[in-house]
Amino acid sequence: MRRLTVPVLLFLLFALLGFLAQQELVSQYVLSVLMFMGVNIILASSLNLVNGYMGEFSCGHAGFMAVGAYVASVLGVVLFTADRVFGDPVVSPELAVYGFPLVILAGGLAAALFGLLVAFPSFKTRGDYLAIITIAANYIIISLIENIDRIGGARGFMGMKRVIYAMEDELFIPWLPLWVFLFTVFCVWLLRRFVVSTYGRGVMAICQDEVAAEIMSVDTNRMKLVAFMLSSGLAGIAGGLFAHILGYVNPGSFTILKSTEVLVMVYLGGMGSLSGSVLAAMLFTVLLEALRPLQIIKWVVVPLLLIVLMQFRPEGIMGNRELADLFPKLRRFYRFK
Amino acid sequence: MALLEIENLTQRFGGLQALTDFSIRIDQEEMVGLIGPNGAGKTTVFNLVSGFYRPTAGAIRIAGRSIAGMKPHRVTALGVARTFQNIRLWKEMSVLDNIRVSQHHRLGYGLFDTLWRSRRYARREREIETEARKLLEVFGLTTVADERPPNLPYGIQRKVEIARALSVRPKLLLLDEPAAGLNTSDIQELIRLVRWIHAEFRVAIFMIEHHMDVMMELCPRIQVIDFGSTIASGSPEEIRNDPAVVTAYLGDDTL
Repeated sequence: MRRLTVPVLLFLLFALLGFLAQQELVSQYVLSVLMFMGVNIILASSLNLVNGYMGEFSCGHAGFMAVGAYVASVLGVVLFTADRVFGDPVVSPELAVYGFPLVILAGGLAAALFGLLVAFPSFKTRGDYLAIITIAANYIIISLIENIDRIGGARGFMGMKRVIYAMEDELFIPWLPLWVFLFTVFCVWLLRRFVVSTYGRGVMAICQDEVAAEIMSVDTNRMKLVAFMLSSGLAGIAGGLFAHILGYVNPGSFTILKSTEVLVMVYLGGMGSLSGSVLAAMLFTVLLEALRPLQIIKWVVVPLLLIVLMQFRPEGIMGNRELADLFPKLRRFYRFK
Repeated sequence: MALLEIENLTQRFGGLQALTDFSIRIDQEEMVGLIGPNGAGKTTVFNLVSGFYRPTAGAIRIAGRSIAGMKPHRVTALGVARTFQNIRLWKEMSVLDNIRVSQHHRLGYGLFDTLWRSRRYARREREIETEARKLLEVFGLTTVADERPPNLPYGIQRKVEIARALSVRPKLLLLDEPAAGLNTSDIQELIRLVRWIHAEFRVAIFMIEHHMDVMMELCPRIQVIDFGSTIASGSPEEIRNDPAVVTAYLGDDTL
């Protein structure tokens, strides 16, 4: 019974989302906000692995997101659609239905490889200095994309909507919201499996005392490699989804400002708390939408929120604890294992 | 074959010669003490043996294998565990998790088993947990298994740290001033504990300690260093009456 609560709940949510979107009972706007919520959940919880659980300060998360976004977009467009630059589809557009998740995963894989850009320096460097390296990595990735003309350079890249249309031509269901939902669940579920294992606890040991971790048999370099690659890989998945929701990407969407946005979500939710990141990402997405009428002033209010948070509750909403720690009664219904 | 063999070990930090021509042999299940005044280079020896520093010159062999250029976790996997002068437990993890993580070198599964939750993962996690709980039980720490270390009294933290070191399943246990910061009754308990560990886990123990009574009572063989060089070695009796040792500790008043 306890084992089934969460899967059943998720399945019901999935069915509800599919039903509402299919019957067009919710507007396109609400649907896209919900999808961005999913993307933000992936971004925040994956960054939490590095910033919260491992105790490093990575502020280049948007860079990895960009890699995933571009790789997934270009792959999808090249494979499944007729494009002005890339010509006829490589495979039949009908295959987009099956190809879409693979394309997104390929984006994640590519982003994981770019994670090495930060992982290797992290062997020797830590703290503030590593933070600077992560910013540099973010800029390197952005400049790289800006200088590849075939994928649009600074102008950006589009055509992802055609991939979605190709899928809808095959079978008319709300593909994108459903895939975003599935990937979000998949990412959080993967991270949870990682952090509760003895293997993953090695990452926390690094955070709390790196010297002791190394001496007590934890291969710290390998754990850093794994953590950075997993974190950036999941950011890549989020990026791929993000690109397909918007239907258009440009390097400007993945600057340090986007990284900061993710940082805000992580710190709002609490370091080392997955449920905190999930809650904060949901809250933050809604908040940003609610503040939309303020236009540019929004970017005064949001950082201000961060200042207030750091002053009065520096550990974030959850602060190193999970939902079940705060509400022990929940344990009756599900297991955090 | 000796379990630990150190030959002519020399360590320089810039212009400072921290250790000069240090040699020692420790056999299986032996108990050896290392003493010396503050700054003599005792902890440097430990840091070298656990692979934390790379020696300037000399050789360290563990069960015949040279550890030159090995990362500390690889040395640990050879069967060397240690405690620290100032307790270095992972503070945000439960005591049980502290013990569990120290089995990292023999997890027997990797990232994909973790994410996939393979059968091997499930079996090994069960075994790791059982083993950790058993270790806590023999140490009488079952009641604090879910506590975080900073919430425990200092003496118990020391005990947890020793338990964590044994979770590695070492053949050689390095204890760096285990009695530091303990009161007299805690020290008596520590002496009993170390003796019991030595018999029960059949490990060789190499320890640094400032409390002479602890050393005299535990170690049949003691080596004394001062300014990075060995000045004496032998049984506690011999050490006590060695003029070089007396000079090192009490000072030389022939000006």
